[in-house]
Amino acid sequence: MSPIITRLKRLDIATYAPFIALLILIVFSSIASEHFLMPRNITNVLRQVSYTGIIALGMTFVIIAGGIDLSVGSMVALVGVLSIMIINGVGDGWWAVAMAVSSAIALGGVFGAINGLIITRGRVASFIATLATMSIFRSMTLYISDAGEVVSENNKFAEIGGGYLWAIPYPVWIFLLLAIAYHIVLKHSAFGRHVCAVGSNSKVASYSAIKVRWVYFLTFLIAGLSVGIAAVLLASRLNSVSPGDAGLFYELDAIAAVVIGGTALSGGKGTIWGTVIGAIILGIINNMLNLMGISPYLQGMVKGMVILTAVLVQFKGDR
Amino acid sequence: MNEPVMQIRSIVKEFSGVRVLHKITLDIFAGEVLGVLGENGAGKSTLLKIISGIYTKTTGSIKVDGTEVSIQSASDAKRLGIAMIPQEFNLISSLNVFENIFLGNEIKNGFLLNKSAMRNRAYELLKDLETDLSPDALIENLSVAEKQMVEIAKALVNDSRILIMDEPTTVLTDHEVDIFFALVEKLKKRGVTIIFISHKLKEVKHLCDRLAILRDGHLVSVDDVTQINEEDMARKMVGRELNQIYPQRTEYSDEVVLKVSNLSIKGILQDINFDLKKGEVLGFAGLIGAGRTETAEAVMGLRKKDSGVVEINGKVVTINAIADAVACNLAYLSEDRQGKGLIMNFDIPKNITLISLASYVKGLIQHKKENSVARDYVKRFDIKAASLHSNLANLSGGNQQKVYLSKWMDTQPDILILDEPTRGIDVNTKKEIYHFIHSLTEQGVSVIVISSELEEVMGLSHRVMVMRSGQIMGELSGDAINEKEIMYYAAGLKTMAQA
Repeated sequence: MSPIITRLKRLDIATYAPFIALLILIVFSSIASEHFLMPRNITNVLRQVSYTGIIALGMTFVIIAGGIDLSVGSMVALVGVLSIMIINGVGDGWWAVAMAVSSAIALGGVFGAINGLIITRGRVASFIATLATMSIFRSMTLYISDAGEVVSENNKFAEIGGGYLWAIPYPVWIFLLLAIAYHIVLKHSAFGRHVCAVGSNSKVASYSAIKVRWVYFLTFLIAGLSVGIAAVLLASRLNSVSPGDAGLFYELDAIAAVVIGGTALSGGKGTIWGTVIGAIILGIINNMLNLMGISPYLQGMVKGMVILTAVLVQFKGDR
Repeated sequence: MNEPVMQIRSIVKEFSGVRVLHKITLDIFAGEVLGVLGENGAGKSTLLKIISGIYTKTTGSIKVDGTEVSIQSASDAKRLGIAMIPQEFNLISSLNVFENIFLGNEIKNGFLLNKSAMRNRAYELLKDLETDLSPDALIENLSVAEKQMVEIAKALVNDSRILIMDEPTTVLTDHEVDIFFALVEKLKKRGVTIIFISHKLKEVKHLCDRLAILRDGHLVSVDDVTQINEEDMARKMVGRELNQIYPQRTEYSDEVVLKVSNLSIKGILQDINFDLKKGEVLGFAGLIGAGRTETAEAVMGLRKKDSGVVEINGKVVTINAIADAVACNLAYLSEDRQGKGLIMNFDIPKNITLISLASYVKGLIQHKKENSVARDYVKRFDIKAASLHSNLANLSGGNQQKVYLSKWMDTQPDILILDEPTRGIDVNTKKEIYHFIHSLTEQGVSVIVISSELEEVMGLSHRVMVMRSGQIMGELSGDAINEKEIMYYAAGLKTMAQA
């Protein structure tokens, strides 16, 4: 038997479900709306998707390792506000932009590490720990910005989130490049293997000389770094951050993308490309609801139903 | 004898295509004590779990009082008056005796509990069983034997006529065993049928009316207890001469590769001392809870030691984490294959390379090398799986164990500690594993075998350490290794000083 056929035989519906769902959705959307396939629309959808998508990439590691990070939305706001304050503090020119970008990533890493430390050193369940930091990060954002919108005074800053390379927005490029990098880390590095092992059975992992807590910590660090990247892109796109709204409910979108992508919420298995597809599916659904003129109030319901369907398909696959 | 209370006819049980019970046919009579004997994996627990509704049979029929019944769940069994007294008691420690006895079977006045009625009935029942246990005593304050009594009273309240007991005496002290024996006599007089699993041949001989012996899923014989002696029992259980399954022991050198001195963990282990020689198989015998696994885990850095020195090849080493032990070329296969050994949703290669992964990484994991090494192990150990990439969950216990062995062999150990290496494994795979241990020792690897199967310890080991409640009670070697000696030490009837 050729290797390709053996490979195909191994793939069950559950792994392929997100991909099939995406194809069906694209076909349906292009029939339902003539605007859907227009390049401008596609670019917009992808740009919209890339912010939560990047966060979802990091979230994939956390969830595969058996955790959850609810603080990512608030962290977007906090990192966004701080990065604009830094850029305004440093001044004009590309130097300030570089400072803002690098400090945003670093801050994301620090906040992620704080989550990771509370969870692994303090032995707090990730759900509770990040529920607490979600509240803390949001509150800090409101306090340091005095609850007012923080606007960048740098005229170059907006180009990162708004610029294009070969007609594709920078954030989309970054999303795709990160996805490739994360995929390689998850599937082809020892660390990625360890993440799956810890999420599958942490006892077996520790009996196999894997540093379980360190691996778990690193997944939260990766989530934080990803939030840092997403936050600075978002801040740059809008050239400002509104502390109360920025990143609101992003944690839910990110978790939804991961779950729709076929990653088990119970941990142990999942894919990066699944998460990418999950994020795109969510983006297209939002886009189509807009294009078809459906009340924005109903969008949450549709999203909820998609998540439920994804989980039900997964559950069936498990049995 | 009278009409049988239960007629078991041609019961077959298969687990994912593997037949573990072969057409068992057996009559059970009212008021008898039926002993069920067999090696681990012979199928006795499976049979009794089918009777008590925990497993469902693949084919065959069961009649109770002459009518065919379908036992699909524990509650079906309960309705038919069949109760299993579990080894781990299912009692709620924060409730008292009568509340536990009537748990799930409460006497009520309309919506409310009728506590006084329950207390009175429990009192009478306990009096009937001739115990002075108070119905108001809290479970958490009871001894193991008393808890067992409560479990039995609970079964009687449910009008159970057939009580199944899985090794009830292993958890009891000698004195408690006497009380238990008296209790069994009383139950018999009440017309209760008792099915009794035990590994202790003497006890079985003493207590039972008839004996059913299982081997490899077949019912070998059913004998009146007066018609069979202990040697016959053992022979029928094993069904072959020992030397058929165990390879000839290899010579080992005098070179000490591992020396453990003064190992203690407060409340668990007390001053453990032993050494292991190159190419030797050192057995660790003892009852469950004797501290053998804890000793291994302490040596491997999986448990914090309060004191103790580990020397490898004459050099003192510091092992505080399992990674340190791996670096010293120590390997440890846990008794808990699924809980601590293997990742069930990983395929064969990923499981095999989990510890040794670093040697497959050149920047990224070299999947080709990983797969080809795994393929070699599959061949070497004759691991049977639908594909190299089958999830471990889809492999049988024996094949899982072989993958587990491969996983540790891939770290190239000099010292291998095997904790219950053949638990729940069929006879053929057992034999393969024994021969593999043999070939390892020939290559100069030293092996520690922890096993609750005496026969396995005796068949494999050059020397045997016997443990009891966290202490090493004795060391046996050569011809001194026999069942009687081991049991004397394991039961605390003999210690090293007397030896």
